[in-house]
Amino acid sequence: MKEQLEAIQTEALERIAETNEMKELQAIRVTYLGKKGSLTGVLRGMGKLSKEERPVIGEIANRVRESITDAIDRKNETLAQQALEKQLEKEAIDVTLPGRPVQLGGPHLLTTIVEEIEDLFIGMGFEVREGPEVETDYYNFEALNLPKDHPARDMQDSFYITNELLLRTHTSPVQARTMREYEGSKPVKMICPGKVYRRDTDDATHSHQFTQIEGLYVDKDVRMSDLKGILDVFAKKMFGYDREIRLRPSFFPFTEPSVEMDISCKVCNGEGCSVCKGTGWIEILGAGMVHPKVLEMAGYDANVYTGFAFGMGPDRIAMLKYGVDDIRQFYTNDRRFLTQYHNA
Amino acid sequence: MLVSLNWLKNYVDIGTITPDQLAEKITKSGIEVEGIEYVAETSKSVVVGYVKECEKHPNADKLNLCQVDVGDEVLQIICGAPNISQGQKVAVAKPGAVLPGNFKIKKVKLRGIESNGMICSLQELGIQEKYVPKDIADGIFVFPDNATVGEDVTSLLNLDDAVLELGLTPNRSDCLSYLGVAYEVAAILDKPIQLPKEKVTASDEDAHDFISVNVANQKLNPYYGAFVIKNVQVKPSPLWMRNYLIAAGIRPINNVVDITNYVLLEYGQPLHAFDYDRLQSKEIVVRCAEANETIVTLDDQERKLSHEHLVITNGQEPVAIAGVMGGANTEVNEHTTTILLEAAYFNPSTVRKAVKDTGLRSESSTRFEKGVDPNRVNRAGVRACQLFEQYANGTVLSNAVVFDELDRTEKEVTINTLEINKRLGTMITTEEIGQILTKLRFQYEQIDDEFKVKIPTRRGDITIFEDMLEEVARIYGYDNLPYTLPNGASQAGALTERQQLKRQVKNYMQGAGLMETITYSLTRQDYVTKLISPEINNRNPVPVPLAMPMSEDHKYLRLSLLPELLHTVAYNRARNQTNIAYYELGSIFISTENKLTKQPDEQLRLSGVLSGQWIEHEWQQEKKAVDFFVVKGIIEGIFKFLEIPITFEQTKLTDMHPGRCATVLIDNQAVGFIGQIHPKLEKKLDLNETYVFDINLETVLEVFKNVPNYNQIPKHPSTTRDIAFVLNKTTLAGDVKKVIEETGAPLVKDIQIFDVYLGEHLPEDKKSIAYRLLYQDAERTLTDDEVEESYQSIITAVNEKFNAYVRS
Repeated sequence: MKEQLEAIQTEALERIAETNEMKELQAIRVTYLGKKGSLTGVLRGMGKLSKEERPVIGEIANRVRESITDAIDRKNETLAQQALEKQLEKEAIDVTLPGRPVQLGGPHLLTTIVEEIEDLFIGMGFEVREGPEVETDYYNFEALNLPKDHPARDMQDSFYITNELLLRTHTSPVQARTMREYEGSKPVKMICPGKVYRRDTDDATHSHQFTQIEGLYVDKDVRMSDLKGILDVFAKKMFGYDREIRLRPSFFPFTEPSVEMDISCKVCNGEGCSVCKGTGWIEILGAGMVHPKVLEMAGYDANVYTGFAFGMGPDRIAMLKYGVDDIRQFYTNDRRFLTQYHNA
Repeated sequence: MLVSLNWLKNYVDIGTITPDQLAEKITKSGIEVEGIEYVAETSKSVVVGYVKECEKHPNADKLNLCQVDVGDEVLQIICGAPNISQGQKVAVAKPGAVLPGNFKIKKVKLRGIESNGMICSLQELGIQEKYVPKDIADGIFVFPDNATVGEDVTSLLNLDDAVLELGLTPNRSDCLSYLGVAYEVAAILDKPIQLPKEKVTASDEDAHDFISVNVANQKLNPYYGAFVIKNVQVKPSPLWMRNYLIAAGIRPINNVVDITNYVLLEYGQPLHAFDYDRLQSKEIVVRCAEANETIVTLDDQERKLSHEHLVITNGQEPVAIAGVMGGANTEVNEHTTTILLEAAYFNPSTVRKAVKDTGLRSESSTRFEKGVDPNRVNRAGVRACQLFEQYANGTVLSNAVVFDELDRTEKEVTINTLEINKRLGTMITTEEIGQILTKLRFQYEQIDDEFKVKIPTRRGDITIFEDMLEEVARIYGYDNLPYTLPNGASQAGALTERQQLKRQVKNYMQGAGLMETITYSLTRQDYVTKLISPEINNRNPVPVPLAMPMSEDHKYLRLSLLPELLHTVAYNRARNQTNIAYYELGSIFISTENKLTKQPDEQLRLSGVLSGQWIEHEWQQEKKAVDFFVVKGIIEGIFKFLEIPITFEQTKLTDMHPGRCATVLIDNQAVGFIGQIHPKLEKKLDLNETYVFDINLETVLEVFKNVPNYNQIPKHPSTTRDIAFVLNKTTLAGDVKKVIEETGAPLVKDIQIFDVYLGEHLPEDKKSIAYRLLYQDAERTLTDDEVEESYQSIITAVNEKFNAYVRS
């Protein structure tokens, strides 16, 4: 019987080793271990054995069963692994083919600039104010110390609709309106972005419609050095921490003293090049201390309150920052231009 | 203002500073130097030569053969200039000379005869054509007899003079004169200033015997000085004066004109010279013109005048428009011997008015318009007389005839050290402030740290404390201001809800695949009435035109963003950019007035245009063109995102496809529309199939709640049922959905349409729409019976309402 068992083991293990098919392996399991299998058949004869032989043969039989089961399991695992590998190999793809595109739009370049400036000033405690694009002559000019016969407000320069209404030429009227709203009683700390309009012929550097951001800070004891400090923070954040600023005297009817702010040219680092026309400086914005008449007209006591204001053109800033050579690009909306500035 | 440095050096010693350094200093302390030019490009080896002999070239009619003494040698030079003659002193470019434009002079043979150099015109020496005196425009330049033979012409003709171009802001008209610039530069460099000393020789004759002055309107003409100069010889002005005028951008004419121009630039005071004999009267009357009065001005144009214009008359008729231009009938010419010289102060607004009406803007009117220095009017007149005496052989008659009601008071502004520092954030000392005032040559009285500053009349721009603050600050130097941050109480800066929502809308649109655009607010007449949203149209808006548009393309305030957006689609299509998905956030301007008396209602719109492929064909995806439902999905999406319920209603609008257009409603109120542009309009604008949307964002902003509601996550399972109804083709899916919603409430929580079928398995006039219903209750699990009951009632209701049956 022992020989019989060992023969079964040898034969079974050989067949297991030889097979490469899951089905055959299953058949082998039935052939040897099934209810009608050869091992079961042999074990059925156990009853005929002596008491002494029974445990010995029993042990052998168990060992044979274990070894066959074990071999089948191992083979099963091997075959399953082989089958999976085959399957995965079949599933392989060309990963260099392009993926399914995600369709994204994007912001206009001017919006990007405006929001960047808004966020910068919000971080310094400024609020963002908006106002109408069709303005009254009063808010657009008179409230800003530009009385009716002022030479700087030629009809030729503005889009008038009637004698009293025009498309605003700057966003300063929003400042006047805000001060008026605050009734001369509390500090004003605001910026006002928006569209403005002037009677310019459209060309590479002029546009009859463009964008402006102005800022206003009115409080007790606001100093000109505060203006310089704020503008420095702005310039460094916007154009790089290695930029220097310079203030030059200038003239605006609504500020006194008035200045223009230049930043050192990024291209030549102040050495002088074609971008800065050899001066080493690039003009960025106009600013100044709010004219006492403007404060008074808005209801602020100019003996108590002082303030500064500044105004800049995001179009120009975008042109400088991104090297755009024609302001009309911002308004003709050529798809090839719009898609340049984001990954759409 | 063009400032010749050589001319300026007469009044202020600028030392060894280079033009660039000076320009930077001037720019930094107040006046932008916009450019530095030189009178001419440098020449080499051009000297004064004496034409010893001049005869016709034997082989050429128009050429002359000259023997020219250039000091160390006599050169034989052939010259073609018509004005060359023996005895002249001329500019000779010797062989080896280099003229502007890198033009090298060599020995050449002209028609068989050797020519050893060139006799030069001013143009050839690099002077701009427009500054060359007209009488020698076609010829060579001739030096005065006292020129030294052999001397280099560069400094003699002022060719190496640096000229600063000042960009003057309106307040600094004081620098429209050399004296003004001299004060400025003297203050910046801290140098002394030398003013010209006006002086004339006393004459036996009195001007009062020749002229009387009568001013009718002293407000418009508070000062009129009339000087009489006899025995004048009209001839070229001295070389140095011509040089300076050329450098300052003025073409020399003759000594009389040149002297008035020279003094105009020197003092900033315009002067006018009349030919006394041609005045034909012994009086000057200054008055307002009469209606329909005319004058022929120096440029031989007849000008119509009105009572708003101030004129100078001879008692009978106008001889000049005050401050603007003289008349042709009294113009100085080569025969003039007696001059009546006017030095006056005209009110800026009257000159501005005349300039505007006549379009005549000149160096003179520009200065009058800004207001001249009251203290220089008379001095300028005397200065000119002095120059007539010196350079025109003139005899200046004693006692100019003067009408004088001019206010010459110097304003006083008080400043103190504490306030200056408080405003600037500086620590300037009282002593420094005193030094700054001295540099500016402002007189002051000082008591402790307070200064009572007398503002010179030349600085009419300084009237208040802040003006003086600027003077102190700019001379102190803005570079020396410290950098500080405000001391005031800090407040939280933040976007308002409205501003936040605008940004969210933009972000959504971009996430949905649309590109932001900005178009023009001003549009064309044929655009302005197109594609106006129905709820705007119901208000009967009147298009608002500009009073003076610059072009027909930008004439009206827009009533819709769509026409200009469509314009950009056409623009792109013309450049082969056919796949467009654009949106814009911008205002429209609604007014119902025929003549605007108040600001129009400005309404923020969210508009967009889509055209071409929405999804492009690629290896892994089929192409999909933009259609109505792409646009509708975007609009449904934004309102879902904002948690604002909307509905769509089929509608017909002018210029929109009659079968593919819907209004968008919030709470049954129209807030905009979506749809396809009418194919006829598409064709007209040269567009492919194009879809648009246009939403009133103001209403959205009003309805929007920034804090979204919290909805409990359902604890109990849901179950779905599908129904396909066979409906008449004309029945709207949305109407059926509404009935399902109403009948299925409250158990039906969601309804989706997952199939729409029209075709061979259905009659021609039928369609099938399949709905998937989601049943759910927050409190419990629904039983099959409940769901079945609801399901059946829905079938019944739809059947009754739409004569529909369930498709098996």
